[in-house]
Amino acid sequence: MATYTLNINGKSQTIEADSDTPLLWVLRDTVGLVGTKYGCGIAQCGACTIHVDGEAMRSCSLPISAIGEKSITTIEGLSADASHPLQEAWRQHDVPQCGYCQAGQIMNAAALLKNNANPSDEDIDSAMRGNICRCGTYNRIKAAIKTAAKI
Amino acid sequence: MVKKKYKFDRRSFLKLSAATGGGLMLGFNWSSCNSPQDVRPVKVMPKEWYDINAFLKIGDNGLVTIFSPNPEIGQNVKTSMPMIIAEELDVSWEDVVVEQAGLNDWFSRQVAGGSQSIRHGWKSLRMAGATAKRMLVNAAAKEWEIDPSECSVSEGVISNGKGDKLTFGAVAKAASTMDVPKEEDVVLKEAKDYKIIGTDRSNVDIDNIITGKPLFGIDTKREGMLYATVLRPPAFGQKLKSVDDSEALKVAGVKGVYKINLPLRQGPDRTVDKVAVVATSTWAAMKGKKALKAVWQEDTPLENTTNHKADLTRLVNSTAKKSVRKDGDPNKAFAEADEVIEKVFESPFLPHNCMEPMNFFAHVQADKVELVGPVQTPAWSRDRVVKMLGWIDEFDPEDKEAKKAAEEKAYAKVDLKMTRMGGGFGRRLFGDFVMDATQISKVAGAPIQLIWSREDDMAGGTYRPAIHYKLRAAIKDKKITGYHLIEAAVNDNMWASLAQSFPASAIANYQVDNHKIESNITTGAWRAPYTNFLASAEQCFLDEVAQKIGKDPIEMRLELLAEAKKVYDQHAKLEEEIKDEEKLKVAKKGLMPKGNYEPDRFIAAIKMARDKSGWNNKASGSHLGFSAYYSHNTYVAQVAHVTMVDDKPKVDKVTCVVDCGLVINPLAATNLIQGGVIDGIGHAMFGDFGFENGQPSMDNFNQYRLIRMPEAPQIEVHYVNNGKSPTGLGEPTLPPAGAAIANAFHSATGERLYRQPYVKESKVLG
Repeated sequence: MATYTLNINGKSQTIEADSDTPLLWVLRDTVGLVGTKYGCGIAQCGACTIHVDGEAMRSCSLPISAIGEKSITTIEGLSADASHPLQEAWRQHDVPQCGYCQAGQIMNAAALLKNNANPSDEDIDSAMRGNICRCGTYNRIKAAIKTAAKI
Repeated sequence: MVKKKYKFDRRSFLKLSAATGGGLMLGFNWSSCNSPQDVRPVKVMPKEWYDINAFLKIGDNGLVTIFSPNPEIGQNVKTSMPMIIAEELDVSWEDVVVEQAGLNDWFSRQVAGGSQSIRHGWKSLRMAGATAKRMLVNAAAKEWEIDPSECSVSEGVISNGKGDKLTFGAVAKAASTMDVPKEEDVVLKEAKDYKIIGTDRSNVDIDNIITGKPLFGIDTKREGMLYATVLRPPAFGQKLKSVDDSEALKVAGVKGVYKINLPLRQGPDRTVDKVAVVATSTWAAMKGKKALKAVWQEDTPLENTTNHKADLTRLVNSTAKKSVRKDGDPNKAFAEADEVIEKVFESPFLPHNCMEPMNFFAHVQADKVELVGPVQTPAWSRDRVVKMLGWIDEFDPEDKEAKKAAEEKAYAKVDLKMTRMGGGFGRRLFGDFVMDATQISKVAGAPIQLIWSREDDMAGGTYRPAIHYKLRAAIKDKKITGYHLIEAAVNDNMWASLAQSFPASAIANYQVDNHKIESNITTGAWRAPYTNFLASAEQCFLDEVAQKIGKDPIEMRLELLAEAKKVYDQHAKLEEEIKDEEKLKVAKKGLMPKGNYEPDRFIAAIKMARDKSGWNNKASGSHLGFSAYYSHNTYVAQVAHVTMVDDKPKVDKVTCVVDCGLVINPLAATNLIQGGVIDGIGHAMFGDFGFENGQPSMDNFNQYRLIRMPEAPQIEVHYVNNGKSPTGLGEPTLPPAGAAIANAFHSATGERLYRQPYVKESKVLG
């Protein structure tokens, strides 16, 4: 066990964990932020997507020892009041079915819009192909990203 | 039509708290979780709640809590079922909060399966709302000292025609003490007066989903809770010989390792040895599991996909002892045919791959157990759990009352709460994971959250069985004179009812046979069981037959349905003429039996798909493929639109027409329909799974290919909207999708596809 100080959603937190513990489980089990989801554990489904210094990362494959001073943002910290344009658009399009993958979808899309404010269909396809939605809400995810780009 | 009796009507309309002390009313307590402050507008909570019946309570300020009875797996019943209650209660949807009900026998059929929640609930949900409204009206009438018939209700306000008004909140207390009105005194609304049913309403959990609030089973937290993982045999047919847990116990955080023997799927007859690791965190439990050194030995023969294929091939070419259905003289039709078309279609096993892997919370104590988590069949799980814990007192098996009493006594010790589920698709119909969790909590003596890794989930499935279909058509004078469907499946055969699907009753000489092989690989229901591949096979076959006899595939189906209609008309005529049931039965023996579908509704859906898709507009530049299927009481017709991109066919769009009767919530219905079509396309294209020496061929998403955004076409949805009683949408749009794209690929490339996944069969696609 080692001690780590992490900056999560703008808040500094001291955590005791084994150095190989994936950030996903630190967030879920230790910090209690369960919005970040476990899907595959090998960075293939995108359910665990968070931001590390603003970049979309798969927290299931990111050991706590690799974070250092970098700032972490989870779905709980994407906006203070659920007002991020993507959250507004997700509400407008009523995107989710089961909802399990949606936090990861939103976090991945947020990183896309940060780098590309007006993505084409192809840009969206390419950026979002790492995020699986088993219910098949892809039509609405794409529409909501386009709506958010206009907000 | 047989009128269904709703045995639960009366009981569920009594106050729940009288029996349970309001235990069910408690929502989950997530306060221990670290969530950001919810600053979205919050409804003002009342000072007092008054229980009206099992489905709802009303606050003194008029706020209504509706308990959604059925498990939510993404089919949106947590919104649509309460919408139906709210409609008949006549309350503004903005004044409703929805809570997930726990398992309680006062509700009927608390199951997510078979696309039946809305269809089964249609009458009882409306009655729940309307009965409550009547009690509120009775309370107001009593206060005004007038007859209830002089009152009217709109959006939570009762008026008496003299200018007086009373809100639901004002009379809720008095209403809660009223007698439950008789069924005949409860009047249901006419569809033209609906204000909520048929309108777009957002998912009741939308804000919680998009802000990452705890909602799912995997998010459950309790004081003192430990985490558990389970090691099971790597191959089907193996059992545990020995396990060395010394390294696992050295992993920081691991509290204990336990050998358990648990059902593999159903019943005590199929058990399997597992090793559970209990730890203070999920990661420690996972690491502990990896550190176990287990030795496995063969218990039953280990199986291979190559052998399954050979067996299924042999069976579809063999003669069945008894047909599932046989009309006319198929042998004669085939002997006299100008041409016989014969094709074999093959599908692999499929895992469900819910995005939320199997998990469950259990806390077993001396005389009670708390269970929390995602399960499609909570009552089934409860029954298995109390039997496993030995909590059912002995009773005389002949004495039904004694059995009931023993069960009720045992069930009273179980508190089962359902969470929102990260997908179901049939996997969570089999609560083997509920029993895992229960047993582990018992042996560890602690509240535990069991979590399966993705690998556990994919390799420990209850798979869609591998199935082969052989289809034969006898052609005479460019007409189908004979039809023969032969099924060969692993473990589970097509249910007899499926032999009644179209084109049953449309072809004079018709035969369905089935065969199966027994396997030690666990199989079960997978979204649209059996029809998920049967529809692909039949709808591809019909397309090929139409091509061979030079007919438009849609026109050919319409002609067949016109033939079926003649059969149905003959039945109707006899029913009109002969009122004596016995005589009618004898008279009908001379007729071909009816199928499971209504030809008129099927015809209407198909014509709408033809017209909406631009089927007859050949200038569109797209290559089109048609498919239609009736399953789970809903009619679906689809046209896939394919264009060639870099010499590869690409599905741009699918036009999907649905007749599910009245659409409760179009916003969510359209989402579910789109998802069903995309799921059907994804598995037809990519879904591949097999076994070597009993071991699953894949166990994670780096190997198993699920459809992703770039491969998902636009799904254009149209409703027939005929106002008939609503039916379900969770499954029926999936079965026809595979054939719609395969038939469009044929239009584009000339290649016919017979084996799923199509990317493996087709050089162009692969």
